[in-house]
Amino acid sequence: MLKMSHLSKVYRTHMVETHALRDFSIHVREGEFVAVTGPSGSGKTTFLNIAGLLEDFSGGEFLLDGVDVRGMNDNARSKLRNEKIGFIFQSFNLIPDLNLFDNVDVPLRYRGFSAAERKKRIEESLTRVGLSSRLKHYPSELSGGQQQRVAIARALAGSPRLLMADEPTGNLDSLMARGVMELLEEINRRGTTIVMVTHDPELAARAQRNVHVMDGQVTDFDEEPKLRNPARDDNAVALTA
Amino acid sequence: MFNYYLQLGLISLKRNPVLTALMVFGIALGIAASMTSLTLMHIMGSDPIPWKSEKLRYVQLDNWDPNQPYDLENGNPPDQVSYRDAQALMEAGKADRQAAMYKVAFPIQPENPEVKPFLALGRATYADFFAMFEPPFQFGGSWDRAQDAQHGRVVVLSKDTNEKLFGGQNSVGKIVRMNSVDYTVTGVLGEWKPRVKFYDLTNGTLNDPEEFYLPYTTTIEMKTQGSGNNSCWKNSDPGWEGYLGSECIWQQFWVQLDSPQRLAEYKTFLDNYVNEQKKLGRFPRPLNNRLYNVTEWLQNQKVVPKDVEVQVGLSFAFLLVCLINTIGLLLAKFTRKSGEIGLRRALGASKPQLFTQHIIESGVIGISGGVFGLLLTFAGLWMVRLLYKDYANVAHLDWPMVMTTIALAVTAAVLAGLYPTWRACQIAPAAQLKTQ
Repeated sequence: MLKMSHLSKVYRTHMVETHALRDFSIHVREGEFVAVTGPSGSGKTTFLNIAGLLEDFSGGEFLLDGVDVRGMNDNARSKLRNEKIGFIFQSFNLIPDLNLFDNVDVPLRYRGFSAAERKKRIEESLTRVGLSSRLKHYPSELSGGQQQRVAIARALAGSPRLLMADEPTGNLDSLMARGVMELLEEINRRGTTIVMVTHDPELAARAQRNVHVMDGQVTDFDEEPKLRNPARDDNAVALTA
Repeated sequence: MFNYYLQLGLISLKRNPVLTALMVFGIALGIAASMTSLTLMHIMGSDPIPWKSEKLRYVQLDNWDPNQPYDLENGNPPDQVSYRDAQALMEAGKADRQAAMYKVAFPIQPENPEVKPFLALGRATYADFFAMFEPPFQFGGSWDRAQDAQHGRVVVLSKDTNEKLFGGQNSVGKIVRMNSVDYTVTGVLGEWKPRVKFYDLTNGTLNDPEEFYLPYTTTIEMKTQGSGNNSCWKNSDPGWEGYLGSECIWQQFWVQLDSPQRLAEYKTFLDNYVNEQKKLGRFPRPLNNRLYNVTEWLQNQKVVPKDVEVQVGLSFAFLLVCLINTIGLLLAKFTRKSGEIGLRRALGASKPQLFTQHIIESGVIGISGGVFGLLLTFAGLWMVRLLYKDYANVAHLDWPMVMTTIALAVTAAVLAGLYPTWRACQIAPAAQLKTQ
C-alpha cells in the first residue's frame, strides 16, 4: 500500500539545512494498522505529511498503492490524495461554518460525485460513526469525541484505502480516546489500511505493528504483526525498514 | 462546482461581517464615485437620436474673415451659418429634409387672466424640424410646409407651456397671443427632454428644449432677432435688411440625407454653392465645408467638458485606492482562512479549484459592492441634480450604465482578489493542519 525506500527530506533556509528524514524506509501492506511512534521532532509528522502527499520529499523513492509519486504535479497529487487517502487530525479540523453534512461533503465535492451519491455516502459514513441524527448540527455543538468521529466520517466518506491519523486522540480525554480507538480498529477490521502517528504507548500497543522513529530514521520496528484478528491472518502484512 | 463555490462565498461573507462590510463599502464608495462622473460623461457624450443620427447632418460653411480663421486652434469653420446662406440652402432644397432655425424669445400673454404674461424661449424653424428630430406629440402635430411658405401664424407648444396656458388640455386650434400677435396651436409636444440639446449646441448644450416653436418664415417676416449667439467678423449694413444680408452667423442649419449617395451629392452641392459664392466675392477663405452627423457634431463641439473628463480620471484613481484597500482586507481575510485552505488541500482540492473558489468569493464581494455602489450612484446623481440644475437632464443612470456599474464592481473585486487568492493557494497545507 505504502512503500518508502531510502527517503530523505531536507528543509533548507539560507542559514541552515535540517534533515527531517534521512534514509527512511518503510513498507506498509494493505489492511495493516501501523502506529508510528517517536519523540517530538523525530520526524514522524514529516513522514505522515509526505505519505499523505501534503509535502514533497528530497530524495529516495515513494510508491503509494503502486504509483510512483515522485515528480507528480500538484493536480495529480491532489487527485490521488482525494481518492486514496483519508486524514484524521489531532485537532479534528472541521470547518466551523459548515454543518456535519457539509463538513463530510468537502472531500466528496472535489471527487466529482453526483449529489445523490454524495448524500448516500455522507449519511452512511455519519451512521457508521453514530452521528446520523446530527446532520444539521454544527461542530461547536458537539463534544471533542463527537467532532473526531465527524472527522473520521469525513475521512471515510470517499472510501479511501489508506487512513492517515495524526495523534487522533491527542485532544480527547481517556474515555473519548478509547471510543475513537475502537472505531479506528473497527475501520481497520473492515480492510482500510491505517497509519497512525502517536506519542501514546498505550495507543501504539493497540496497533498491529509499531514503527519507532528517531532523528528522522526508523530505529525500531516489529517484524511481524500482532495477531489481533484471526480472521485477517491470511492478509499478511510485512514491515521492512 | 460553481454553485458550491458561490455558496461558500456567501458563508464566508457572513463569517467576518465587519471585514466584509468594510470591503463592500470600500468597493461601493469607489464604484459610486467613478460611476457618478462616468454617467455624466456617458450621457453627455452618447448619441441622443441613435436611430437616425447618421442621416442628420449639421451644415458648416466657412464664410469667415480671410485674415483670421474662425477657429485658430482646430481650423473648424464657423459653428453657425448666416441668414443669407440658410435661406439659399432652404430655397435650393437639395436635401431629403432641411431646417434652418434660430432661438427666439417672445412675451406670451395668456387669455386666462389668472396667468400673468411671461417671457418664453422659442425656436423659429421649418416644418421639417419635427420630422427630422422626431419630438413626440401629445396633441395635434406640426404645421406643414405650406404654412412655412405662407408665413403662417401657427405655433407648436411644449408640454409645460400647454400646461401653463391651457391646464394641460388639448389646445389644438386655440389661440396663443405672443408679442401682441395671435398664433393658432397646431400641436402640443409630449415629454421631450433630450439629454443634450443636440440640435443647437451653440446656445447652452444642457438647456431644456424650447417652450414653443414658430415658423421661421413668420419670425423673419416679423423682423424677430435671434436671442442666441451671434458672431460677425465685419460690420453689417444698417437696418434689418442689412443684418439679413450680412456675414453674421446666428442660425443653425440641419439636413436629413437618407443614403450615403445623397450625402455625397449634398457635399458636392455645398462645394458648388460656396464656389459660386466665391465668384460673387464671398467666402474668401479656402473651401472648408463640413457635414457632421449628430455624434460627430457632439464630439466636435466638445459637449463633454474637460472638467468632467478630469473628474472621471480622479474618481477612477479613487476607485484604485479603494481597490488597494480591498486587496489588503482580502489578504487579511484569506490569511485568517489559511487553516481551512490547508484542510481543503489535504482533502483533495487542487490549487486551481481553490483559486476558483476564492475568485468567486471575491466576485460575491464585488456583486455586493456593485449593488450597494449602484444605490450610492443613484444618491450621487441625485445630489448632482440638486446642486447643478444644468445637469438635470443628464444626471440619470440608464440601463447600460447600471450594467456597467455591476460589471465594473465585479471586475474590480476580482482583480483585487487575484493577489490574495494567489497567496492563499500557496499556503502549505501541512503547516496549517497541525496548527489549526
